[in-house]
Amino acid sequence: MAVDYATLKKGGFMRQKQKNNFSLRLQVVGGNLTAENLKKIAEVAEKYGDGHVHLTSRQSVEIPFIKLDNIDEVKDLLAEGGVKPGVCGPRVRTVTACQGNQVCPSGNIDSYDIAKEIDKRYYAKELPHKFKFGVTGCQNNCLKAEENDVGIKGASIVSWDKDACIMCGVCLKACREGAITEENGELKLDTDKCNYCGRCEKACPTDAWKGENGYIVSFGGLFGNKIHRGEELIPVVTSKEQLFRVTDAAINFFNENANPGERFHFTLERVGIDKFKEVINKAYQS
Amino acid sequence: MAEFEIDERVDITDVVCPVTFVKAKVAMEELEIGQILAVRMNDGEPVQNVPRSFKDEGQQILKLINNEDGTYDLILKKIAE
Repeated sequence: MAVDYATLKKGGFMRQKQKNNFSLRLQVVGGNLTAENLKKIAEVAEKYGDGHVHLTSRQSVEIPFIKLDNIDEVKDLLAEGGVKPGVCGPRVRTVTACQGNQVCPSGNIDSYDIAKEIDKRYYAKELPHKFKFGVTGCQNNCLKAEENDVGIKGASIVSWDKDACIMCGVCLKACREGAITEENGELKLDTDKCNYCGRCEKACPTDAWKGENGYIVSFGGLFGNKIHRGEELIPVVTSKEQLFRVTDAAINFFNENANPGERFHFTLERVGIDKFKEVINKAYQS
Repeated sequence: MAEFEIDERVDITDVVCPVTFVKAKVAMEELEIGQILAVRMNDGEPVQNVPRSFKDEGQQILKLINNEDGTYDLILKKIAE
């Protein structure tokens, strides 16, 4: 019987140079695995692989040297540890994320929570070509949001509470964008300069700067054979509902307009960025 | 600086990150609760980061004074051990 490589690839089994050997890609969300997951992965690598695993560039794990004949046994064993095979090919790929504000002092948003929701909504969804999401918690951009077809970056939308302020001057220096100035005993925020990093809020000793969660979304990033930095085409997103309206619109636009094997950036270039802007702004506003 | 009764001063302009905060923190440890520390630091990274580090340590920031010579004095009150 002929081997159906396309189906295997779809199920995360990547053909190796070595005949009948596959590198099994696992489903990972936001780079997190439990100790239980890891134990089972180690067991499979020792029993069915060659005793090592590979950490991919997008926070997944691959177990190389899995034999074609063992594929079903491997899947069953992994399932015991709550581990599922991943995907490859023309569909929504591993959703990557930084640790976010549940762990990192710099984080503006719960990146893992957003990654899980995106994974639940779109993971493995069939599309004309691969489609990548990445979620990073703040302007430090550890997760490199703009490399992704859709990148999400945590924002802090700040406002100043005069009554709580002691005019200590810390925020004027904590801001790296020069967005805060002092005039006649009042602080002014230049919203054109503010990049939503949240450093004023985090440095303020009296919580006079208050921040609301927001999301900076970039579209059309890619970082492979061709490189393009994802572009911010809409203002900062202010709620999860709005965020998912926007991501829904982006993925639907790609699905409806892309040619097979065409990355999002090239679809936007071919179809016209203005046409997409119209669609995405409508989703942003509705 | 008649505004604040400074109990102790520390100059961290001669060290670089991350020793800046370590030196300032060691000086703070010598103080009693309620005492005031003035930390002299350079513009740039120290003045961007050291105040926030003290906030995260639970200390009270009173004022950041621009000395107009490329240094700043951060005035802190010790409120946590």
